[in-house]
Parts: sequence; structure tokens; C-alpha cells
Amino acid sequence: MKPDLSVDMSVNLAGIALRNPVMTASGTFGYGEEFVDYVDLLAIGAFVTKGLSLKARAGNPTPRIVETPGGMLNAIGLQNVGIDAFIAKKVPFLRSVNTPAIANFFGDTVDEYAEMAGRLDEIPEVAGLEMNISCPNVKQGGIVFGTDPACAASVVSACRAVTKKPLIVKLSPNVTDIVAMAHACEDAGADSLSLINTLVGMAIDLKKRRPVLANITGGFSGPAIKPIALRMVWQVAKAVKIPVVGIGGIMNATDALEFILACATAVQVGTASFINPGAAQTIAEEMAAWLVANGVADVKSLIGALET
Amino acid sequence: MQFTAMILANVEISPGYWRMRLTAPPQFSAAKAGQFVMVRVSGAIDPLLRRPLAIFNLGVHQPPQSGSHAQPCFEMLYRVVGKGTAMLSVLHETDLLDILGPLGSGFELGSINEEKLIVGGGIGLAPLYLLARELVAQGSAVRLFAGGRTRDDILCTTEFERLGVECYTATEDGSLGEQGFVTVALKRRLDLLKGRAALYACGPDGMLAAVAGIAAERKIPCQVSLEGYMACGVGACLGCVAPGRGHGDETPDYRCVCTEGPVFEAADLMWGAQA
Repeated sequence: MKPDLSVDMSVNLAGIALRNPVMTASGTFGYGEEFVDYVDLLAIGAFVTKGLSLKARAGNPTPRIVETPGGMLNAIGLQNVGIDAFIAKKVPFLRSVNTPAIANFFGDTVDEYAEMAGRLDEIPEVAGLEMNISCPNVKQGGIVFGTDPACAASVVSACRAVTKKPLIVKLSPNVTDIVAMAHACEDAGADSLSLINTLVGMAIDLKKRRPVLANITGGFSGPAIKPIALRMVWQVAKAVKIPVVGIGGIMNATDALEFILACATAVQVGTASFINPGAAQTIAEEMAAWLVANGVADVKSLIGALET
Repeated sequence: MQFTAMILANVEISPGYWRMRLTAPPQFSAAKAGQFVMVRVSGAIDPLLRRPLAIFNLGVHQPPQSGSHAQPCFEMLYRVVGKGTAMLSVLHETDLLDILGPLGSGFELGSINEEKLIVGGGIGLAPLYLLARELVAQGSAVRLFAGGRTRDDILCTTEFERLGVECYTATEDGSLGEQGFVTVALKRRLDLLKGRAALYACGPDGMLAAVAGIAAERKIPCQVSLEGYMACGVGACLGCVAPGRGHGDETPDYRCVCTEGPVFEAADLMWGAQA
């Protein structure tokens, strides 16, 4: 199915022009090149890289993944090639693709975050930065920054100071008050917020009397988390002035459009790409078809169009 | 590639073990021994993820209707271990399945100057039949060493015999073949061959580690096919990694089972300690 040119699917995400609102989520789409056999990258809005750090990271021991009804738990532990190998081996691919690539990154300390933001700022092929302050699976690398508004503000300001590129902050749902986190990041200079990262969960093997994951706990994703994600996106988008990217259990165009109604400017498709590597493209095409079928000329008119 | 396959047969070949034959598009006939497919068991969200299953055999399906074209087909062996495989086992002829594949690396067939010793443990036999076929086709001498807990875990040996492959079996309870581990018979054969051999293995971790150890000790080539918990099968989720030879905290060396494997040179992996 070809996208219908009679509907306008384009959105602007904090200065990044997206041909449609469908992005891929960090950690579910490699560095982009892994998916060229399955997705026409020109058919999606943007893609987000695996989370990057200053040094390469091994990640956690296995098992790292377990399926649960309607979802999955992962504890990959931010395995990545590191910034130097990213520049040497992955950036050349980004240059060949006319779709915005957003680099997701993290650090163990405020200084490391800022150094990463500075390094990524110098890469012309990187259209924007997504700060992961919310990984549940490593001791540092995010979650301390992601659950305390003051810590979040300090790390976001430090990155803001060293990059002019659009800075998206990815929020953790594992907090009591996500709106407080959102305000802290907005005030510290974030250009956009993406949410939600995974929810901390756990699975147990009764026969072995052991946790299934070597890391014991993991991040819960998939269609089962969508209601929580929708609620948080709605709460945050109402409270801030910067655009919000909706993430959480999006499996089809209906799910994506619900996030847009809940005031997301764009969405990220995550776990769905594991099941159908072409999911992001399919969802973008089906969204366009829905707009045509429902007489909506411009997807922007649906952003926050929820009637309450 | 992703395609919709029609089930041609789905039969329980031993208690708990099933063999399924499915149609495939023309390009699928290029699949190599050792590659696998990701099977979507149902269109619903539970089970959510695809199941990785080895390609057991490739063939040609001639539809019964006159005028229909022959098309490639392939077979998978699977063991019912959970909800997903239980759902597969109740599917019938003409039911459709969403398949991603063929994926991953295949086995290297190597030279014909060495005897090929194939070691399979239980369902680990799944990727080894197509391998045996390809090895026999290139003129290699091939022997199969099939191990299991009981006779129910010894699968398809008559199929291997039909290829001209001599089969040794061993079961832990002695209900079929020699009692104990199949590696005992493997070592006996290796003693006779005095090093002119190559090993291929797929099965439980303990068996693979034992075979890799035997290969290392005798300095003979050994390829193993690994299994891993994986979500995607295309190298994105990083769930299925196995530690490579040089892996350590300061020198991370995880290999992706789905894209760098599932077949690895045993010497390239770290055995014993889970890193």
C-alpha cells in the first residue's frame, strides 16, 4: 500500500521535520541498517539508534529476554558498540539514508552524559539526540537520573549546554509523579519528551524456583503496557509546552492514532518491530489510509484532538 | 523474507516431538543447512513473539490439482515445551503460518577429505538432517551420533540411514542404543580416525560443551549450532547473545546467535562459564 499523497502526514518534532509521525524506538531497531531488508526507511518518520555510551558495553548475562502474556521483559543491559565504533562503522550508513536518524545515548555520570551529547552534536548525520535517563536494567546509566526531578534537571542542563541539536529526553514510567519529571526536564532545556520507557517487571520459573532473567528484573514492553503509556502521555502532554513522543505497546495504526489523540506529536514503534520487522512502515501506511478513510486531511489536526 | 506458509503436514513423530511441513516461496530453496525461521504461532498477542525453529529439510511440493506448479517446501522439527509450541501442535493441513526466514548463518561443509561426525542431542537434531544431506551430496563420509534421555528423544535416525549415514545412538536410561552419553561413541570413532574428522553438533549446552572440549583436545574442527532466547531473529533485540572466546568484563565479546550464528566455530566461543 502506497501512502496517499492527498493527506498530509508530516509533523515537526522540535525542529526535526518528519515525513510522518512514526519513528522506531531505541533498542528495537539496531542502528537502522539491520532492517533495510524489511523496512523502506523512506516510509517512516525517523529512526532511533540503540542507546550509545562513551565506551562499548557488554550488556548483561543471558537469559536477557522472556515473553509474558501480551508483552516481554528484557534486560539487555545497554549493550552497544560505543561512540567511537558508532562513528566509524554506523554513521556511514546514516549518511546514505534520507530519513532523520536520532541518536539515543546515556552515561554513568553527568559528565559522561554531557561528553556524549557533545560528541553526538558534532555528527552531521545525527538529526537529533534522545537522552536515555530511564533504563531500568543497569545500576547507573539512567534510572537515578530518571526518577529524581533535581537529578534529571542537572543532567539535562549539562547536555543542553553542549548541543544545539534537538534534545529529546526519554522518561521512565517507574516514578510516582511523571509530570514532575516532565516539568523538570522541560525547565532544564529539553526540546521534547519521549515516553514511556519500559516498566520494571519480573518473571519467575516455578520449576527452577528462580527468576527467568539473569538480571532478575527487566523492562516490560509490548501491547500490555499501552494503557499505562497512553495515560502518562496524556498527563505529560497536557502539562508541558514542548512536543511529546508517545511510546508503549504500539502494534498498529489504531494504537498510534490513539497516542496522537492523547497529544503525542509523534510515536515510536518498539516491540512490534521484533515481531514484524516491517511494523513501523506498515503502521505509517495504515495511518495514512485511516486518515483518507476518515476524511482527515492533515495528521497534525489530530494531535491532542481527544474529546474529554 | 517474510511470507505466509501453508501447512502441508503436522505429525507427532515421538511423544512430545512434532514434524511440520510447509510451503515456501521460490527464493526459499536457497536456504542453507543450519539456517532457521521465526514462526508467528498466532496473530494474537499471546504468545507475542515468534518462535525460532531450525530448517530440518527442504523439498518440493507438487500440489495435487493438475495444472498447479510445484513449489518449494520445508520441514521443521519441534518439541512441545510451552504455550507457543503447544499451539503449533494443534494446527492442521491447510492452516497458514507467518514465517520470517531463512535467517542466520549456515554450516560450512568443509573438505571431503575428513569424515564428518554429526552429534545431535534430542531436538538438537533439527538442523542436522539437512546438513547430513548436503554433506552426503558433496561426497563426504558422514556418521550420526544421536543422544537423548530416553528412546523417545532419539528422532528420525531412519531418515539419516536412508541417506547412507551410519547412526550410533545412546540414551541416558539405556532404553535405546548404548547407555550413557553419545560422546563416548564419538570418542571411540575419533580414536579410530586419528584426527581426520570434522565435528558438527547441536543439542543441550552440556553436550555442546563436551563436544567442543573433545574437538579442542584433539585439535579438530567443530561447528556448533546454538539456541538462544530471542525476540527478533534479525540482530536488533540483542537477547540471544553468546559469549565469544575473548569475552570478559573489560573486553566485551558477545556474539548474536541470530545473525552471527546460530552456527559458530566451537573455538570462537567461550565454553563453561556463563559470562
